[in-house]
Amino acid sequence: MIVAKNIYKSFGDHEVLKDINFTFEKGKTNLIIGASGAGKTVLLKILVGLITPTSGEVWFNAQDVCKFNREQLRELRMDIGMLFQANALFDSMTIEENIRFPMDMFTNRTNQEKRHQVDYCLERVNLSGINDKYPSEISGGMQKRVGIARAIVLNPKYLFCDEPNSGLDPKTAITIDELISGITRDNDITTVINTHDMNSVMEIGDNICLLSQGEVAWEGNKNEILVNGNQVISDFIFASPFLQRLKSQALS
Amino acid sequence: MQFLKDFGKFMAWLPDIFSKPENWTMYYKETIRQMYDIGIGSMSIVMLISGFIGAVTAIQFSYQLKGSMIPSYYIGYIVRDIMIIEMAATLSCIVLAGKVGSTMAAEIGGMRQKEHIDAMEIMGVNTSAYLVMPKLLASIIIIPLLVTIALIVGVAGGYVAAILVAGLANWEFERGLRFLFEPYNVFIMYVKAVSFAFILTAVACYQGYFVKGGSIELGQASTRAVVFGSILILVADLIIALILMG
Repeated sequence: MIVAKNIYKSFGDHEVLKDINFTFEKGKTNLIIGASGAGKTVLLKILVGLITPTSGEVWFNAQDVCKFNREQLRELRMDIGMLFQANALFDSMTIEENIRFPMDMFTNRTNQEKRHQVDYCLERVNLSGINDKYPSEISGGMQKRVGIARAIVLNPKYLFCDEPNSGLDPKTAITIDELISGITRDNDITTVINTHDMNSVMEIGDNICLLSQGEVAWEGNKNEILVNGNQVISDFIFASPFLQRLKSQALS
Repeated sequence: MQFLKDFGKFMAWLPDIFSKPENWTMYYKETIRQMYDIGIGSMSIVMLISGFIGAVTAIQFSYQLKGSMIPSYYIGYIVRDIMIIEMAATLSCIVLAGKVGSTMAAEIGGMRQKEHIDAMEIMGVNTSAYLVMPKLLASIIIIPLLVTIALIVGVAGGYVAAILVAGLANWEFERGLRFLFEPYNVFIMYVKAVSFAFILTAVACYQGYFVKGGSIELGQASTRAVVFGSILILVADLIIALILMG
């Protein structure tokens, strides 16, 4: 479980996050949603310690990580996996080298054990047999799945995904969502996804935090979206006339 | 003012660079890779330039000696000492600041922009150490070797030019090479080589690691790595000359 308490973040005079309080629950896919510029990526980077908040606390179980020194932060990060919006795969390494990089750096496993774990992770994301390809030789959707494979290679307790569906077609996006959701359930980990993909919200939104102008405008789950009367979430999810018609039909 | 700010930031960054590696094998492999890239990748340009410099020095000095009372074997003496004291280390490292420095700044800066550095940080890697320390070690080991090659090729270039153009006999040039040889000068050459290697690598890594913005800023960082690296090498050259020869 991760708890954000009274998070504020400013860049110069510009206040990006204001008094964010939210609990990201274990074993669930926790979604941070909101329009572009709402502060989603900043909040995600604060959670993983890439950005320091102006004030506030981030608790991983019983520890406030904002008070961690660099060494403590590095130890915590052994338990964190992250999928970046642009994948951040090392383009001069093969897929296998990308996935085994955290193992090479932090474990004393034998080559055979590492190879086995790479194969297992690739199988988990349905990409067996592409070990020797380079990131530039596979599609965007496959790169996302390789990013997931690399994120889970050390069996993390926390998985963070920044816009996992950006730039993907709807069908591939659903595959990625199902994959992340499945890994979260099977491994009983805390997953935090930053997205503005409405399909993701309605399919895998176990616990949702809607950010609007740097503040938590709504929180709940996918089942509450249709029936709750909050105007901000309604305007955000059912933004187009087409979706508004669908919502009316569903409710009637 | 900006220089002092950057210098302070770099000094504060140094403990991170030289902190204990997470995995010695990975750092060792990266150091070897960098040594190969810097050493093999730069050997031809260093040899080409030092060969020409040695030849030009011999030709120009023989031109100046015409009609004078100075014996012609001094050409070998001058070529040897000018290569040892100045040209082999300083000129090679200025060339390397352009070739290696810009590559390093672009490599690290590109990793910053493509979130590779963030990805490594999230994994728990000390990116300052992993990305910079192997480059510094590789440079400090391999650049003195390149400077040694530059010295040998420079003297060889001078020899060929002295024989073919200036009309010296073999024995004259060889006598000049042995004339008033001072081993201390070789020590100065290696002090320069190690110092310049550290400077050009540190400046390039600093410019790449802290780059912000897009491709234009990455290009500017790469240019700064070359310009500042070259200027700092010349400043260090002066300081070393004052300390060791003043």
